Amino acid sequence: MITLLRKQRYFIDYTLGTMMRHKGKSLGLLSVYTMIIFMLASVMLFSHAMRSEAVALLADSPEIVVQRIQAGRSVMVPADYLQRIGKLRGVTEKRGRLWGYYYDPAVKANYTVMASEQDQLTINDIVIGEGIGRTRGLSVGDYLTLRSHEGKAFSFRVSRLLESESELISSDLLLMNPQGYRQLFGIDESLYTDLVLSVRNPREIQKIAEKLTRLLPDSRPILRSEILRTYESLFSWRQGVMLILLLGSVLAFVIFAWDKASGLSAEERKEIGILKAVGWETGEVMRMKFWEGVIISLMAFLIGYLAAYLHVFYTSAGLFEPVLKGWSVLYPSFQLTPSVDGLQLATLFFFTVLPYTLATIVPVWRTSITDPDLVMR
Amino acid sequence: MLIELTDVRKAFNQGKPNEFWAIQGITTQFEVNRISCLKGASGSGKTTLMSMIGCLSRPTSGRIRLQDRTISSLPERFLTQVRRHTFGFIFQRFNLIPGLSVVENIMLPAYPLGLKASSLRSRAERLLEQFLLVDKASNPVEWLSGGEAQRVAICRALINDPQILIADEPTANLDSRLSREFMVLLDQLSKAGKTVLISSHDPVVFDSPVVDRVVELEDGLMVSGEG
Repeated sequence: MITLLRKQRYFIDYTLGTMMRHKGKSLGLLSVYTMIIFMLASVMLFSHAMRSEAVALLADSPEIVVQRIQAGRSVMVPADYLQRIGKLRGVTEKRGRLWGYYYDPAVKANYTVMASEQDQLTINDIVIGEGIGRTRGLSVGDYLTLRSHEGKAFSFRVSRLLESESELISSDLLLMNPQGYRQLFGIDESLYTDLVLSVRNPREIQKIAEKLTRLLPDSRPILRSEILRTYESLFSWRQGVMLILLLGSVLAFVIFAWDKASGLSAEERKEIGILKAVGWETGEVMRMKFWEGVIISLMAFLIGYLAAYLHVFYTSAGLFEPVLKGWSVLYPSFQLTPSVDGLQLATLFFFTVLPYTLATIVPVWRTSITDPDLVMR
Repeated sequence: MLIELTDVRKAFNQGKPNEFWAIQGITTQFEVNRISCLKGASGSGKTTLMSMIGCLSRPTSGRIRLQDRTISSLPERFLTQVRRHTFGFIFQRFNLIPGLSVVENIMLPAYPLGLKASSLRSRAERLLEQFLLVDKASNPVEWLSGGEAQRVAICRALINDPQILIADEPTANLDSRLSREFMVLLDQLSKAGKTVLISSHDPVVFDSPVVDRVVELEDGLMVSGEG
């Protein structure tokens, strides 16, 4: 066992020596490989993080949102719709919501404004998302001034900063007292933005949605599962677009791997011939080259993946942001919650490290089963 | 008797239009503790014959026996074992691996044995002392002169303490003084119990008094030197 370990150590030492001897080639190879891993991993990490954000975003949302549609557009819902819905079996809670957007010219960004009854806010209090706090330099106790629909300035005292599992949820959010919301936007007491229904049994959701459509023909029930599916398709589609853009580099890598697989340089062939001639077995030559493949590909994989992780979660995927986020760029800027999908990681490993390692082994095997005399000639 | 060849033949590109028979039926024996020399012009088949004896290639037909064991039909794995433990090679162009140091080149054949680093190092150091290369131990082999490079090649050939040394055109890249020095070294090794097979068309080698037997080849056939 010790002898076996010692042999492996000698092979690894020799491999490292070989790589140092061909410094330029090894570094070039490592850079190209690392870049490919970095780009692929960035796309995968970003898309996965966005999907996770969507799941987190919708985790606590109601099962059904009811909108009122007039002339094909979404309009305010009269409060008496709650009475018209009446008592539906399986619905545990139904309530009206008030929410909308507020454009802040100071930061040239839209905030999402919601009325909250749960937070028991006074009419002068406001709760703000971390993103807004960062952008406007606000903390608890400071005042945020917003202009009403009539142009009148209202100052709200920041009572709390929102903390959430996902910054995407809370970054641009403002929570205020329902009365304050109605005053700010000039919305009548008898209207809501939409209605939300909580359902105990997920299998009944579809049935309840059908009943709602019959009860309120001008309503549009939106199911949580539909929203989640839309997000998933959106980010999968964007990931696909990005991967197509990266296809060129992936192709270059495949050609490069194929080139490695289809032949060795005269110098490499001679070296294998010498090793065989001085008594190395075919398996030992292959093990040495296997270590070379493993060292290069693992280093590239680790560096590339780590760089992608930093790129996505600490620089907000600056390179791919326009493509992956699309036109609907969220303001204020937010940071993605770090999350890694094991399956994605394994897939990336399987499709990069394994093919490369095999690509380096095949030509070595072909050369090392040839008579050393012939190889050295 | 140590090495026995029976009607050994070797063809390259067999079955193709450019088929070429480098060895056309050689039967002979090489005895232990002797220096035997294969003499002949370029293309006479010296290197091919040496390669087959040293298990670097296989004959197309015929048989090669080593100490009552037929080695010409051994599978690759066993052939490597024979090569590793029985033969040490000194090549015409030395075939040292550039970029590696002198001592690393010398230790190369012993890596697959998995010896302790200290014992491997001391084996190499003994050889470096014996062949006056101690001060060159950590130099890259590209820095060596022809004579030094050849001494490194001899050290590498001896690191696993083989019974048989095979030297293919060992003086082709040396001047006559270094060639004579090389022959003296071979004589010392032979006296120390090694069997030496040399191929050469250099008179300094085949006319050397240290050579016990000269076998002459021509167009893949043995023309003189029956043992």
